Amino acid sequence: MTVLEPWIGKPLDELLGTLRDVLEDPDYPTVKRWRAAGGRVLGHFQVYFPEEIAHAAGLLPLRIRGAQIEARHAEARFGSYLCSIIKTSLELALSGRIELEMFVTHPICDAGRNLAAVWGRNFTYPCEILYLPQNANSSHAPDYLRHEYDRLRRAVERIACRPVTDDDLRHSIPVFNENRRLLRALYDIKHHQPWLLPADEAYVLTAIGGCIPREEHNSLLNAVLPQIAARTSRAQDRLRVVLEGGFCEQPPIDLLRMIAQSCYIVDDDLMIGLRWIVSDVDAGGDPLASLAGAYLEQSSYSPVQHDLRKPKEAMLLERIRRAGAGAAIITAAKMCEPGLEEQVAYSKALDAMQIPYFVSEFEESMTSFDTLQVQLETFVENVLFA
Amino acid sequence: MPGVPAADGIVGRGMASGSDLFRQWFDRLSTAAASGDKTAYVFVMGSLVEILRVFDFPVSFPEINSLQTAVRRVSHEYLNQAEDYGYSTDICGYVKADVAVQLRGGAHPMGTLPRPALAIATNACNTYVKWAEIWERFYHIPVFTLDVPGTRGAGGQTWPGDPDFAADCAYVKGQLQELIALCERVSGKRFDIDRLREVLGYANQMSAAWRRVIELNTSMPAVFSALTEGTVYLGVANGLRGTAEGAAYFRELVEEMEYKAVRGLGTIEHEKYRLAFVGVPCYPIFRRFNEMFAERGGVFASSTYLWFASGGTSLGFEYELTRPLESLAEGVLISVRHAMDAMFHPDRALAADLASFTLDGVVFHPIKSCRTVSTGLADSRRALMARTNVPSLFIESDMMDKRVVSEAQLKNRIDAFFEGLATRRQPAPA
Repeated sequence: MTVLEPWIGKPLDELLGTLRDVLEDPDYPTVKRWRAAGGRVLGHFQVYFPEEIAHAAGLLPLRIRGAQIEARHAEARFGSYLCSIIKTSLELALSGRIELEMFVTHPICDAGRNLAAVWGRNFTYPCEILYLPQNANSSHAPDYLRHEYDRLRRAVERIACRPVTDDDLRHSIPVFNENRRLLRALYDIKHHQPWLLPADEAYVLTAIGGCIPREEHNSLLNAVLPQIAARTSRAQDRLRVVLEGGFCEQPPIDLLRMIAQSCYIVDDDLMIGLRWIVSDVDAGGDPLASLAGAYLEQSSYSPVQHDLRKPKEAMLLERIRRAGAGAAIITAAKMCEPGLEEQVAYSKALDAMQIPYFVSEFEESMTSFDTLQVQLETFVENVLFA
Repeated sequence: MPGVPAADGIVGRGMASGSDLFRQWFDRLSTAAASGDKTAYVFVMGSLVEILRVFDFPVSFPEINSLQTAVRRVSHEYLNQAEDYGYSTDICGYVKADVAVQLRGGAHPMGTLPRPALAIATNACNTYVKWAEIWERFYHIPVFTLDVPGTRGAGGQTWPGDPDFAADCAYVKGQLQELIALCERVSGKRFDIDRLREVLGYANQMSAAWRRVIELNTSMPAVFSALTEGTVYLGVANGLRGTAEGAAYFRELVEEMEYKAVRGLGTIEHEKYRLAFVGVPCYPIFRRFNEMFAERGGVFASSTYLWFASGGTSLGFEYELTRPLESLAEGVLISVRHAMDAMFHPDRALAADLASFTLDGVVFHPIKSCRTVSTGLADSRRALMARTNVPSLFIESDMMDKRVVSEAQLKNRIDAFFEGLATRRQPAPA
C-alpha cells in the first residue's frame, strides 16, 4: 500500500515542498494512514536497524528520529543533561502522535540504550534493545549477530502474528538493496552536481524513507532522480564541504538550507542508518547471516560503532577526499556525548591535514540561525579568499 | 566512628585497612610507571582482571583515578585542562580528568600513573568504548572491546539452558579466548589455566563475601554506610579482585560486619531513617553530601552504586573451577548484565529492597556526567512511586564537576525530604 498523498505528476519543486511538510509533521500522517489500513508498526530508534526483518513480517519499520515538539510529557521521565532527540522521541509516543506494536533501541550511546527501559515502563507493548555487536572485530561477531537477528525475528513474529520465513526475508532484501542503490544515486548527484540538489532537498528525499513503506520510497526516488538530473541550475563558486555529526539527532531542515546557501554539502552522515550498508546484501543463502555479515563487513562508519578497521577520523578524511571537498563542518547535537567526543578527534586530524573545518553544535528544535549563518559565512569567506 | 579501629581491633578495620590497601595499590602503579611495566587499563564494569592477573599486568582503573581527583578537590584543574584541549563541558567528567592525567604524563594526586600497554573496555557503558579510543589515539595501543549482551527487555534475562543464553555465552567465551591471545602477544607470556583457576578462586571468595557484606546491611542499625564506607569497600573489590590480599580483606570485612550486626553497632549513632541511594556519588563534596543525611539520622543502607560499580559481582556469582573458561564467560555475562540492569532497571531491584532493607526512603541522584546511570532515573522514580508509597528524593549534581554542584540547593531539598519523612512518622490524628 501507499501512504503518501498522490504525488505522480506533481512538479518537482511542489513535490519536494509536500514531502518536507510530511517529514516535519509531528503527527506522522503516513503512519496514521498505514495504521488506518490495518497495518502494524515497529518503531526503532536511530541509528541502524535491520528493517528487512520488520518488512518481511509485513510491518512498517518506522525510524524514530525525534521531532520539533515540546517534550511536555517526556521531560518528567528524564534528567536535565540529555540530548533533545531522546526526549522528543518518547514524547511522540507519550502524546499519542505515534502508536506502535513494538519499540526497539540499540546500544548506540548511554542515553539511547536507556530508552528501552524507559519506554518499557510507559507502554505495555514489547520494548527492547537490539544488541548490535560492539566488538565488530571479533571473529565471533557474525554468528552472534545472526542469532541476535533470529531472536529479533521471533519477537517480530509474535507482534505480526505470523511466521517470518527465510523466503519472506529473501523477498525483502532486494527491496532494500534497491532503496540503497537509489540513495547512492541521490548522493552521487550531491557529489558530482551539487548545484542540482541542495542539501535540504537531498535530506528530505532521504529521510522520508524512514516513515513510508520502502517500495513507495523506491517509486518516489525512481521518479524524482531523472527530474533532478534534468534541472538546469548552473554551478556556482561555492565551498564544497562534508557535513559530519548528523548520525542520530537531525539538524532542522532550515539549518541545512542555511548551510546550502553558502556551501555545497557534497557528502554527510545525515540519516546514516538508511545508508549504513554500502553495497547489496546477498538475497540468497541464509538471509539473516547475509544481513549480519553486511552490518559488519559492508558498512559505513559512525561515532557509535567501534571498529578497529574504521578509525573515525581516518574515515572522515577519506569521505572528504572521495567527495572532493575542500572543508568540513563538524557538528554535534547538544549533549550528544559520542558526537562531542568525536569532534576532538576529527579536529585534530583535520588540523594535521590542514583541512579547514567549522565546528558547531545544533539542536533539532533550533529556529534561529542568524549567528550561525554569520559565523559560517565568515568561515567560508576565509577559506575561499585565503 | 568509621575509619578508626576500635579497641577490639575489629570495628573500623575495613575502612582502615581498605585505605591502606588502596594507597599501596596506587604506590604499585607509581612503581610500574617508573619501571615501565606493561600496564592494562580497565573499567570497573567487566574489568576482566581474572584474565589480566594470569599475565601479571598491573591494572589501572581510570574511573577510580578520576574520582580520586574529585575527592581530593582538584578535579577542576584536570577538567579545565581537558576542556582547553578541546573536550566539551557536556561530556563525562571522568573521561576529561583522565585525558588531563595523560596530558600530564600520568601526574595524579595519588602518584604517577603508568601509560597503558593494553586497554579493555566493555560495552556496559558506551563511554568506556569512546574513552578507550582516546588511548588508542594517544598511544597506538591494542584496545579490546569486550561485548557483553545485556537484558533485552525488562525482566527478560535468559539463563543457562536457554538457547539465547547459550548464544550470548558463546560470544563472550569466544571474545575471552581472543583476549587471552592478545594478552599473550602483549605480555610475551603463555596463558596458564591453573593460574586462572587460582585467580578465579580468590575472585570467588571475594564475590561471596561482597554479597554477604551487602546482605548484612539489612541489619538494624545499618552496619555501614553504603554511600561512604561502601565506596571504600568497592574500591578494594575492584582493585584487588582475584588476589589473595583482596580475598583476605573481604573475609575480615564479613567478620567485622557480622560482629557489628550481632552487637547492634550501627555506622551512625542514632539511626532514624534507612535510605537507598540510586546513582553515582557526588565526589566533589563526598563526605559533606553524606553528612547532610547523617545529621538528620539518615543512613544509606543500600546503594545501586555498589551493584553496578562492582561490575555486578555483588550478585555473588562463583566460578566453577573445573571448567574455568566456560564458567568465566557465564560469570562475566551474568554479572555485567546485572550491573547494567542495576542502571537501566533499578526500580525492579529497589522494590524488593524496600522490605529486605526496611527502607524509609529512596534518594535518586542523577548526575550530569553519567548518562548511562542517569538517563532513566526520573522515570524509574515514577515507576517506583506508582508501585509503592515509599518517599523519594530526586536531586541532581555531578560526580566530578563542582560547577554543577550546589550544596545550598542540595541541602534545601534534603531538609525538605527529611521533614516529609518526619511527618510520615507522626501518628495519625485520632
